Amino acid sequence: MSDKRNLFNKVWDLHTVQDLPGGQTQLFIGLHLIHEVTSPQAFEILRDRKLKVAFPERTIATVDHIVPTANQARPFLDDLAEQMMSAIEKNCKDFGVTLLDLKDDRQGIVHVVGPEQGLTQPGMTIVCGDSHTSTHGAFGSIAIGIGTSNVAEVLATQTMFLNRPKVRRVVVNGELRPGVYAKDVILFIIQKLGVQGGVGHAYEFAGSTFDAMSMEERMTVCNMSIEGGARCGYINPDQKTVDYLKGRPFSPQGADFDRAAAWWLSLASGPDAEFDDVVTFNAADIEPTVTWGITPAQSVGVSQPLPKVSEVAAEEQRLIKEALEFMGLQEGQPISGTKIDVAFIGSCTNSRMSDLREAARVVKGHHVSPTVKAIVVPGSQLVRKQAMAEGLHLIFEAAGFEWREAGCSMCLAMNPDKLKGREVCASSSNRNFKGRQGSPTGRTLLMSPAMVAAAAIKGHVTDIREFPAAV
Amino acid sequence: MNEIQSVKSTAIPLLLDDIDTDRIIPARFLRCVTFDGLGEHAFEDDRKQDANHPFDKPQFQGAGILVAGRNFGCGSSREHAPQSLMRWGIKAIIAESFAEIFFGNCGSLGIPAVKAARADLDKLAAAIEANPKLEVAVDLQALTVSAAGVTFSVIMPGSARDALVTGQWDYLGRLLSAADQVAEHAKKVPYMSGFSA
Ligand code: SF4
Repeated sequence: MSDKRNLFNKVWDLHTVQDLPGGQTQLFIGLHLIHEVTSPQAFEILRDRKLKVAFPERTIATVDHIVPTANQARPFLDDLAEQMMSAIEKNCKDFGVTLLDLKDDRQGIVHVVGPEQGLTQPGMTIVCGDSHTSTHGAFGSIAIGIGTSNVAEVLATQTMFLNRPKVRRVVVNGELRPGVYAKDVILFIIQKLGVQGGVGHAYEFAGSTFDAMSMEERMTVCNMSIEGGARCGYINPDQKTVDYLKGRPFSPQGADFDRAAAWWLSLASGPDAEFDDVVTFNAADIEPTVTWGITPAQSVGVSQPLPKVSEVAAEEQRLIKEALEFMGLQEGQPISGTKIDVAFIGSCTNSRMSDLREAARVVKGHHVSPTVKAIVVPGSQLVRKQAMAEGLHLIFEAAGFEWREAGCSMCLAMNPDKLKGREVCASSSNRNFKGRQGSPTGRTLLMSPAMVAAAAIKGHVTDIREFPAAV
Repeated sequence: MNEIQSVKSTAIPLLLDDIDTDRIIPARFLRCVTFDGLGEHAFEDDRKQDANHPFDKPQFQGAGILVAGRNFGCGSSREHAPQSLMRWGIKAIIAESFAEIFFGNCGSLGIPAVKAARADLDKLAAAIEANPKLEVAVDLQALTVSAAGVTFSVIMPGSARDALVTGQWDYLGRLLSAADQVAEHAKKVPYMSGFSA
């Protein structure tokens, strides 16, 4: 008999410890990733209540948010960052949790490290005190971001209470046009479904466009599910997923791997799997996409003009006016040609090898515009090493980019990498919220790494399809 | 945990949409190992750029109920956001809708977060603007909000509401009580048993 459950519901059922009368499920958590920002208060809760970590081998810690990417000498210049670093070191030691710290070459952004180490596997429930945990859904897992109280709950019990979300299948079919990347696909989906369109839902991304994507591209897509309001996003595991995981340090080894792979593939939503709803898009309709506003849904294709206030629904007008005013942009103007001051290539959305290779290909033989400060921050120490083995750092440096150590950096600017004043940043990250990049009045334009690279060279937003010819 | 059946207080209107948690508490204030002291930094950057920000207005100091718009608390999962609102003095939030992680975090802290229709929120906000001393009552039993003789109904998922009204929002305690069941369940999860389960 065929199983009509989609992957999400199969995995959910498997991890259900108990259903409560009120409709909540106590869910077993397979992998708990922690970092220095949202864990210290959780460990304090454990200390206060004299609790231990229930399954210490199911929790892995790394440091990323506050890590300086230029001078990493300890103690850090920032006392507060130093305190947080010392806290996670002490907490992991006291509670028997493995910490991949700066001295460990496996350190990096938590959502880059998980997959890279083979910690992230299909069929798992994965949580982290970080909303971009949705990244790990690229492997066909249920991966959700949680708050600090939940971090304490998962540490102490390896479970948490959750309401089962609905599952929406987001289908994109067809081949992406040249110059269009996974980043553009997810920005397009968020533009169409809105920043709160996904509330109450998990998104299953399906269709030939996602089938054709590499695992890294799938991670970029799932990473930004949360920007569309979805609790998580996932892609069904296939042979690419299995191949990616083979031989990774935390992947199953030997005969275990073959059994694991068979099980992983069996979890994929079948041809008659049921969904709460389905939306369908065409890959051919997607252009290189750039955000112009203060939410990730406020974006346009790079050849398109910004919306006109009078043309949008009445209840959206206030937000659009607020965004235009903050960004210093005019309704109806083209986004292409918008001057930038800073270019940032990095973040858990786009800081993996394929992102860096693509950006390097764009900048090779060119030089960053004299008015632009440009930085590349690899997602992990291993990505950084690999990129250097391929000589990418030399290409970036020759083009005038700074080549940094791994971390979150200017994605949220908790370390010294920050915008100043009203600077405009072309960024490969995931959030263009007011003040996100460290200056309360700083402005962010989200786009693919290739588009960031092109903007850095030209000094303004440029259509990658016309680069380098465009003026 | 204490039973939270209603919250009665003066209120503060902030009827904007898509307010993200970076705006509620900017990232630089997350450089901390406790939540102490976050209250004074709630909306700090928005307040600096808006001389008329409600959180700075004298008439709204001491308000315990926040009236907000659509998709309140979207973005980052930081529990620092409801922590900073709570430490500023907020005890309940009425909004058109909430982002999910933020909603869950409010539940963990014992902050009722109820949804209301936009038209009702518009009227409530106007009434508060006109009379900042107005007492607003959020009743979790009846699922209503009342102020100045006007009452409208609000929505809150049953599980979250029940936990507050029965004083069972110590989720950690409840989860711990199932420890044996969890240990048993773990054995049935394929990756916990060499994929032979
Ligand atoms: S790179 Fe940005 S979005 Fe990703 S985990 Fe770090 S701060 Fe969060």
